[in-house]
Amino acid sequence: MIDPGKLVAETEAPPRGGVRGMAFVGAILFGAAFGFLLQKGGVGKYNVLIGQLLLQDFTVVKIILTAILVGMAGVFPLHYFAKCNLHLTPTRPAAQSIGGLLFGAGFALIAYCPGTGAAALGQGSWDVLFGIGGLIAGSYLYAEMSGWLNETVLKWGDKGKLLLSDFLPVPRWVFVSGFLLLLLFVLFLLDRFTDR
Amino acid sequence: MKTLLMVTMAGYPGTAWAMDFGVDATDYEGGAWSPYLVGAGIGVLSWLTFTLAGKVIGASSFYATVAGMIGRILARKHTESLAYYRENPPRADWGFVFVLATILGGFLSAWTGGEIRDEWLHPMWVDRFGDSLPLRGGIGFAGGVLMAFGARLADGCTSGHGISGTLQLNAGSWLTVICMFISGILTAMLLYTLP
Repeated sequence: MIDPGKLVAETEAPPRGGVRGMAFVGAILFGAAFGFLLQKGGVGKYNVLIGQLLLQDFTVVKIILTAILVGMAGVFPLHYFAKCNLHLTPTRPAAQSIGGLLFGAGFALIAYCPGTGAAALGQGSWDVLFGIGGLIAGSYLYAEMSGWLNETVLKWGDKGKLLLSDFLPVPRWVFVSGFLLLLLFVLFLLDRFTDR
Repeated sequence: MKTLLMVTMAGYPGTAWAMDFGVDATDYEGGAWSPYLVGAGIGVLSWLTFTLAGKVIGASSFYATVAGMIGRILARKHTESLAYYRENPPRADWGFVFVLATILGGFLSAWTGGEIRDEWLHPMWVDRFGDSLPLRGGIGFAGGVLMAFGARLADGCTSGHGISGTLQLNAGSWLTVICMFISGILTAMLLYTLP
Protein backbone atom coordinates (compact mmCIF):
# COMPACT_ATOMS: atom_id res chain seq x y z
CA MET A 1 0.00 0.00 0.00
CA ILE A 2 2.69 2.48 0.96
CA ASP A 3 5.43 2.53 -1.61
CA PRO A 4 8.27 4.99 -1.02
CA GLY A 5 8.66 5.21 -4.79
CA LYS A 6 5.22 6.74 -5.15
CA LEU A 7 5.44 9.35 -2.44
CA VAL A 8 4.33 12.85 -3.19
CA ALA A 9 7.06 15.42 -3.06
CA GLU A 10 8.08 16.08 0.52
CA THR A 11 7.96 19.82 0.48
CA GLU A 12 9.38 22.18 3.01
CA ALA A 13 6.88 23.76 5.35
CA PRO A 14 5.61 26.94 3.72
CA PRO A 15 7.19 30.12 5.09
CA ARG A 16 5.50 31.56 8.14
CA GLY A 17 3.20 34.34 7.19
CA GLY A 18 -0.01 36.02 8.18
CA VAL A 19 -3.07 33.82 8.33
CA ARG A 20 -6.28 34.82 6.53
CA GLY A 21 -9.56 33.43 5.26
CA MET A 22 -10.08 29.68 5.46
CA ALA A 23 -6.63 29.14 6.97
CA PHE A 24 -7.66 31.38 9.86
CA VAL A 25 -10.96 29.51 10.31
CA GLY A 26 -9.06 26.20 10.21
CA ALA A 27 -6.53 27.37 12.81
CA ILE A 28 -9.39 28.42 15.12
CA LEU A 29 -11.41 25.21 14.67
CA PHE A 30 -8.49 22.80 14.87
CA GLY A 31 -6.87 24.64 17.78
CA ALA A 32 -10.15 24.74 19.71
CA ALA A 33 -10.70 21.03 19.06
CA PHE A 34 -7.17 20.30 20.32
CA GLY A 35 -7.71 22.29 23.52
CA PHE A 36 -11.14 20.73 24.02
CA LEU A 37 -9.72 17.21 23.70
CA LEU A 38 -6.76 17.95 25.97
CA GLN A 39 -9.03 19.29 28.71
CA LYS A 40 -11.49 16.40 28.37
CA GLY A 41 -8.56 14.00 28.62
CA GLY A 42 -7.55 15.56 31.93
CA VAL A 43 -4.09 16.56 30.72
CA GLY A 44 -4.67 20.18 31.71
CA LYS A 45 -4.59 19.00 35.31
CA TYR A 46 -1.44 19.22 37.42
CA ASN A 47 -1.93 15.82 39.09
CA VAL A 48 -2.48 13.96 35.80
CA LEU A 49 0.68 15.41 34.24
CA ILE A 50 2.96 15.07 37.26
CA GLY A 51 1.35 11.68 37.98
CA GLN A 52 2.65 10.47 34.62
CA LEU A 53 6.21 11.49 35.48
CA LEU A 54 5.87 9.78 38.89
CA LEU A 55 4.55 6.69 37.02
CA GLN A 56 1.34 6.79 39.06
CA ASP A 57 -1.09 7.88 36.34
CA PHE A 58 -0.63 6.73 32.73
CA THR A 59 -3.23 8.99 31.12
CA VAL A 60 -0.62 11.06 29.25
CA VAL A 61 1.16 8.10 27.67
CA LYS A 62 -2.16 6.45 26.76
CA ILE A 63 -3.33 9.62 25.00
CA ILE A 64 -0.01 10.16 23.21
CA LEU A 65 0.35 6.56 22.03
CA THR A 66 -3.28 6.38 20.84
CA ALA A 67 -2.86 9.69 18.99
CA ILE A 68 0.32 8.35 17.34
CA LEU A 69 -1.41 5.05 16.45
CA VAL A 70 -4.49 6.67 14.89
CA GLY A 71 -2.52 9.54 13.36
CA MET A 72 0.04 7.20 11.77
CA ALA A 73 -2.66 4.85 10.46
CA GLY A 74 -4.20 7.79 8.60
CA VAL A 75 -1.33 10.03 7.61
CA PHE A 76 0.81 7.43 5.81
CA PRO A 77 -2.05 6.21 3.56
CA LEU A 78 -3.13 9.83 2.96
CA HIS A 79 0.44 10.62 1.99
CA TYR A 80 0.59 7.60 -0.29
CA PHE A 81 -2.57 8.69 -2.09
CA ALA A 82 -1.11 12.18 -2.42
CA LYS A 83 -3.64 13.80 -0.10
CA CYS A 84 -1.03 15.41 2.13
CA ASN A 85 2.66 16.09 2.53
CA LEU A 86 4.83 14.80 5.30
CA HIS A 87 6.30 17.52 7.50
CA LEU A 88 9.63 16.10 8.55
CA THR A 89 12.15 18.04 10.58
CA PRO A 90 15.90 17.34 10.69
CA THR A 91 17.28 14.75 13.09
CA ARG A 92 20.01 16.40 15.14
CA PRO A 93 21.14 13.95 17.84
CA ALA A 94 23.11 16.41 19.99
CA ALA A 95 20.60 19.27 19.95
CA GLN A 96 17.63 16.96 20.38
CA SER A 97 19.00 14.89 23.23
CA ILE A 98 20.18 17.98 25.13
CA GLY A 99 16.98 19.83 24.26
CA GLY A 100 14.83 16.87 25.26
CA LEU A 101 16.63 16.49 28.61
CA LEU A 102 16.28 20.22 29.41
CA PHE A 103 12.63 20.11 28.36
CA GLY A 104 11.94 17.12 30.60
CA ALA A 105 13.48 18.79 33.65
CA GLY A 106 11.34 21.85 33.00
CA PHE A 107 8.30 19.63 32.44
CA ALA A 108 8.69 18.14 35.93
CA LEU A 109 8.94 21.60 37.51
CA ILE A 110 5.96 23.27 35.82
CA ALA A 111 4.01 20.04 35.05
CA TYR A 112 2.24 21.68 32.11
CA CYS A 113 3.76 21.49 28.66
CA PRO A 114 3.30 24.10 25.92
CA GLY A 115 0.07 22.57 24.53
CA THR A 116 -1.50 21.29 27.75
CA GLY A 117 -0.54 24.58 29.41
CA ALA A 118 -2.80 26.41 26.95
CA ALA A 119 -5.67 24.06 27.89
CA ALA A 120 -4.83 24.54 31.59
CA LEU A 121 -5.07 28.30 31.18
CA GLY A 122 -8.48 27.87 29.53
CA GLN A 123 -9.79 25.83 32.47
CA GLY A 124 -8.59 28.42 34.99
CA SER A 125 -5.50 26.74 36.45
CA TRP A 126 -3.79 30.07 37.05
CA ASP A 127 -0.47 28.58 38.26
CA VAL A 128 0.28 27.90 34.59
CA LEU A 129 0.77 31.68 34.15
CA PHE A 130 4.16 31.43 35.92
CA GLY A 131 5.14 28.68 33.52
CA ILE A 132 3.94 30.70 30.53
CA GLY A 133 6.09 33.63 31.73
CA GLY A 134 9.03 31.22 31.88
CA LEU A 135 8.26 29.82 28.43
CA ILE A 136 8.31 33.32 26.94
CA ALA A 137 11.54 34.25 28.77
CA GLY A 138 13.19 30.93 27.86
CA SER A 139 12.25 31.36 24.20
CA TYR A 140 13.89 34.78 24.11
CA LEU A 141 16.96 33.43 25.90
CA TYR A 142 17.23 30.79 23.18
CA ALA A 143 16.87 33.44 20.48
CA GLU A 144 19.68 35.42 22.15
CA MET A 145 21.95 32.38 21.83
CA SER A 146 20.59 31.11 18.51
CA GLY A 147 23.40 32.54 16.37
CA TRP A 148 26.00 30.61 18.34
CA LEU A 149 23.86 27.47 18.74
CA ASN A 150 23.21 27.34 14.97
CA GLU A 151 26.95 27.13 14.37
CA THR A 152 27.69 24.59 17.11
CA VAL A 153 25.21 22.25 18.85
CA LEU A 154 22.69 22.21 15.99
CA LYS A 155 25.39 21.11 13.56
CA TRP A 156 26.75 18.30 15.71
CA GLY A 157 25.84 14.99 14.08
CA ASP A 158 23.10 16.56 11.91
CA LYS A 159 21.48 13.69 10.00
CA GLY A 160 19.00 15.75 7.99
CA LYS A 161 15.62 14.15 7.36
CA LEU A 162 15.55 10.65 8.77
CA LEU A 163 12.69 8.23 9.38
CA LEU A 164 12.82 5.29 11.79
CA SER A 165 11.89 3.11 8.81
CA ASP A 166 15.20 4.12 7.16
CA PHE A 167 17.02 1.95 9.70
CA LEU A 168 15.49 -1.28 8.39
CA PRO A 169 15.75 -2.57 4.82
CA VAL A 170 12.01 -3.21 4.44
CA PRO A 171 9.34 -1.33 2.46
CA ARG A 172 7.90 1.55 4.40
CA TRP A 173 4.38 0.04 4.54
CA VAL A 174 5.79 -3.09 6.20
CA PHE A 175 7.56 -0.98 8.80
CA VAL A 176 4.50 1.18 9.43
CA SER A 177 2.26 -1.89 9.79
CA GLY A 178 4.66 -3.54 12.22
CA PHE A 179 4.99 -0.32 14.18
CA LEU A 180 1.20 0.03 14.46
CA LEU A 181 0.98 -3.50 15.86
CA LEU A 182 3.74 -2.71 18.36
CA LEU A 183 1.89 0.43 19.51
CA LEU A 184 -1.31 -1.58 19.88
CA PHE A 185 0.52 -4.17 21.97
CA VAL A 186 2.08 -1.53 24.26
CA LEU A 187 -1.34 0.11 24.71
CA PHE A 188 -2.83 -3.27 25.55
CA LEU A 189 -0.15 -3.83 28.20
CA LEU A 190 -0.68 -0.35 29.64
CA ASP A 191 -4.43 -0.89 29.81
CA ARG A 192 -4.00 -4.27 31.42
CA PHE A 193 -1.41 -3.31 34.03
CA THR A 194 -2.26 0.25 35.06
CA ASP A 195 -5.24 1.54 37.00
CA ARG A 196 -5.30 4.97 35.39
CA MET B 1 11.88 3.00 28.97
CA LYS B 2 9.64 0.29 27.61
CA THR B 3 11.82 -2.37 29.19
CA LEU B 4 11.74 -0.52 32.49
CA LEU B 5 7.96 -0.30 32.31
CA MET B 6 7.53 -3.97 31.53
CA VAL B 7 9.90 -5.11 34.24
CA THR B 8 8.06 -2.94 36.74
CA MET B 9 4.73 -4.18 35.43
CA ALA B 10 5.72 -7.81 35.77
CA GLY B 11 6.37 -7.23 39.45
CA TYR B 12 3.11 -5.42 40.19
CA PRO B 13 0.38 -6.76 37.91
CA GLY B 14 -2.80 -4.69 38.03
CA THR B 15 -1.96 -2.93 41.26
CA ALA B 16 -0.27 0.12 42.69
CA TRP B 17 3.32 1.02 41.90
CA ALA B 18 6.39 0.38 43.93
CA MET B 19 7.62 3.87 44.74
CA ASP B 20 5.92 5.85 47.48
CA PHE B 21 6.04 9.63 47.10
CA GLY B 22 3.73 10.42 50.00
CA VAL B 23 1.05 11.60 47.56
CA ASP B 24 -0.82 9.66 44.89
CA ALA B 25 -1.75 11.51 41.70
CA THR B 26 -4.75 9.24 41.17
CA ASP B 27 -6.35 10.45 44.43
CA TYR B 28 -7.18 13.67 42.55
CA GLU B 29 -9.61 14.19 39.70
CA GLY B 30 -8.62 12.66 36.36
CA GLY B 31 -9.92 13.15 32.84
CA ALA B 32 -13.62 13.31 32.00
CA TRP B 33 -13.18 11.18 28.88
CA SER B 34 -11.31 7.94 28.21
CA PRO B 35 -7.66 8.59 27.24
CA TYR B 36 -8.15 6.29 24.22
CA LEU B 37 -11.09 8.37 22.96
CA VAL B 38 -9.11 11.59 23.44
CA GLY B 39 -6.00 10.11 21.81
CA ALA B 40 -8.01 8.84 18.83
CA GLY B 41 -9.62 12.29 18.52
CA ILE B 42 -6.18 13.95 18.40
CA GLY B 43 -5.07 11.37 15.83
CA VAL B 44 -8.05 12.18 13.59
CA LEU B 45 -7.39 15.89 14.16
CA SER B 46 -3.88 15.34 12.82
CA TRP B 47 -5.33 13.87 9.60
CA LEU B 48 -7.37 17.04 9.20
CA THR B 49 -4.51 19.46 9.86
CA PHE B 50 -2.22 17.49 7.50
CA THR B 51 -4.72 17.38 4.63
CA LEU B 52 -6.89 20.49 4.98
CA ALA B 53 -4.41 22.95 6.44
CA GLY B 54 -1.08 21.48 5.35
CA LYS B 55 0.11 21.97 8.93
CA VAL B 56 1.03 19.86 11.93
CA ILE B 57 -0.19 20.19 15.50
CA GLY B 58 2.42 22.06 17.54
CA ALA B 59 2.47 24.50 20.41
CA SER B 60 5.91 25.62 21.56
CA SER B 61 6.67 28.08 18.74
CA PHE B 62 3.69 30.15 19.97
CA TYR B 63 5.69 31.20 23.03
CA ALA B 64 8.71 32.10 20.91
CA THR B 65 6.44 34.22 18.71
CA VAL B 66 5.01 36.00 21.76
CA ALA B 67 8.56 36.55 23.10
CA GLY B 68 9.56 38.00 19.72
CA MET B 69 6.55 40.30 19.64
CA ILE B 70 7.38 41.61 23.12
CA GLY B 71 11.04 41.87 22.13
CA ARG B 72 10.15 43.93 19.09
CA ILE B 73 8.26 46.40 21.27
CA LEU B 74 11.05 46.71 23.86
CA ALA B 75 14.14 46.40 21.66
CA ARG B 76 13.18 46.24 18.00
CA LYS B 77 16.61 46.37 16.36
CA HIS B 78 18.18 43.90 18.73
CA THR B 79 15.30 41.40 18.45
CA GLU B 80 15.29 41.55 14.65
CA SER B 81 19.05 40.98 14.60
CA LEU B 82 18.81 37.62 16.41
CA ALA B 83 19.31 34.54 14.22
CA TYR B 84 16.16 32.79 15.46
CA TYR B 85 13.92 35.77 14.69
CA ARG B 86 15.56 36.33 11.31
CA GLU B 87 14.60 32.73 10.43
CA ASN B 88 11.22 32.89 12.21
CA PRO B 89 9.89 36.45 12.19
CA PRO B 90 7.38 36.83 15.04
CA ARG B 91 4.02 37.05 13.30
CA ALA B 92 0.46 36.09 14.16
CA ASP B 93 0.73 33.03 11.90
CA TRP B 94 -1.26 29.77 11.71
CA GLY B 95 0.47 28.20 14.72
CA PHE B 96 -0.06 31.36 16.77
CA VAL B 97 -3.82 31.40 16.11
CA PHE B 98 -3.94 27.61 16.69
CA VAL B 99 -2.57 27.92 20.25
CA LEU B 100 -4.81 30.89 21.10
CA ALA B 101 -7.72 28.69 20.00
CA THR B 102 -6.35 25.86 22.18
CA ILE B 103 -6.85 28.13 25.21
CA LEU B 104 -10.41 28.78 24.04
CA GLY B 105 -11.03 25.05 23.49
CA GLY B 106 -9.76 24.28 27.00
CA PHE B 107 -12.16 26.87 28.36
CA LEU B 108 -15.14 25.54 26.36
CA SER B 109 -14.43 21.99 27.50
CA ALA B 110 -14.05 22.92 31.17
CA TRP B 111 -17.07 25.24 31.07
CA THR B 112 -19.43 22.75 29.43
CA GLY B 113 -18.14 19.96 31.66
CA GLY B 114 -18.40 21.94 34.90
CA GLU B 115 -14.63 21.72 35.41
CA ILE B 116 -13.61 25.39 35.60
CA ARG B 117 -10.94 25.36 38.30
CA ASP B 118 -10.25 29.05 38.98
CA GLU B 119 -7.40 28.19 41.36
CA TRP B 120 -3.82 29.35 41.84
CA LEU B 121 -2.52 26.15 43.45
CA HIS B 122 -3.53 22.59 42.68
CA PRO B 123 -4.44 20.52 45.78
CA MET B 124 -1.75 17.94 44.97
CA TRP B 125 0.90 20.67 44.91
CA VAL B 126 -0.40 22.04 48.22
CA ASP B 127 -0.35 18.55 49.80
CA ARG B 128 3.29 18.12 48.79
CA PHE B 129 4.80 21.62 48.91
CA GLY B 130 2.41 23.74 50.98
CA ASP B 131 0.44 26.81 49.98
CA SER B 132 3.26 29.26 49.20
CA LEU B 133 2.42 30.96 45.90
CA PRO B 134 5.96 32.41 45.44
CA LEU B 135 7.40 28.87 45.71
CA ARG B 136 5.03 27.59 43.02
CA GLY B 137 5.68 30.71 40.95
CA GLY B 138 9.46 30.41 41.16
CA ILE B 139 9.53 26.72 40.34
CA GLY B 140 6.96 27.14 37.57
CA PHE B 141 8.87 30.04 35.99
CA ALA B 142 12.20 28.18 36.15
CA GLY B 143 10.51 25.14 34.62
CA GLY B 144 9.11 27.27 31.82
CA VAL B 145 12.55 28.70 31.00
CA LEU B 146 14.16 25.25 30.84
CA MET B 147 11.25 23.85 28.85
CA ALA B 148 11.20 26.60 26.23
CA PHE B 149 14.97 26.54 25.79
CA GLY B 150 14.86 22.76 25.38
CA ALA B 151 11.93 22.91 22.98
CA ARG B 152 13.69 25.44 20.73
CA LEU B 153 16.96 23.49 20.82
CA ALA B 154 15.13 20.27 19.93
CA ASP B 155 12.82 22.19 17.54
CA GLY B 156 9.57 20.98 19.10
CA CYS B 157 7.66 20.02 22.21
CA THR B 158 5.36 17.27 23.42
CA SER B 159 2.94 18.26 20.63
CA GLY B 160 5.23 19.01 17.69
CA HIS B 161 7.61 16.11 18.38
CA GLY B 162 5.55 14.01 20.80
CA ILE B 163 2.54 13.64 18.52
CA SER B 164 3.14 15.15 15.06
CA GLY B 165 6.77 14.05 14.61
CA THR B 166 6.46 10.62 16.15
CA LEU B 167 3.38 9.71 14.10
CA GLN B 168 5.47 10.36 10.97
CA LEU B 169 8.21 8.09 12.34
CA ASN B 170 10.55 11.09 12.40
CA ALA B 171 13.72 9.70 14.03
CA GLY B 172 14.65 12.96 15.80
CA SER B 173 11.16 13.23 17.28
CA TRP B 174 11.40 9.80 18.91
CA LEU B 175 14.85 10.66 20.27
CA THR B 176 13.57 13.97 21.65
CA VAL B 177 10.48 12.48 23.29
CA ILE B 178 12.42 9.63 24.92
CA CYS B 179 14.90 12.17 26.35
CA MET B 180 12.00 14.36 27.55
CA PHE B 181 10.43 11.52 29.50
CA ILE B 182 13.68 10.13 30.94
CA SER B 183 14.63 13.53 32.31
CA GLY B 184 11.04 14.37 33.30
CA ILE B 185 10.62 11.15 35.27
CA LEU B 186 13.97 11.52 37.05
CA THR B 187 13.39 15.18 37.92
CA ALA B 188 9.80 14.61 39.11
CA MET B 189 10.84 11.66 41.27
CA LEU B 190 13.66 13.74 42.75
CA LEU B 191 11.26 16.63 43.40
CA TYR B 192 8.80 14.32 45.18
CA THR B 193 11.38 12.44 47.27
CA LEU B 194 13.51 15.37 48.46
CA PRO B 195 12.66 16.34 52.05
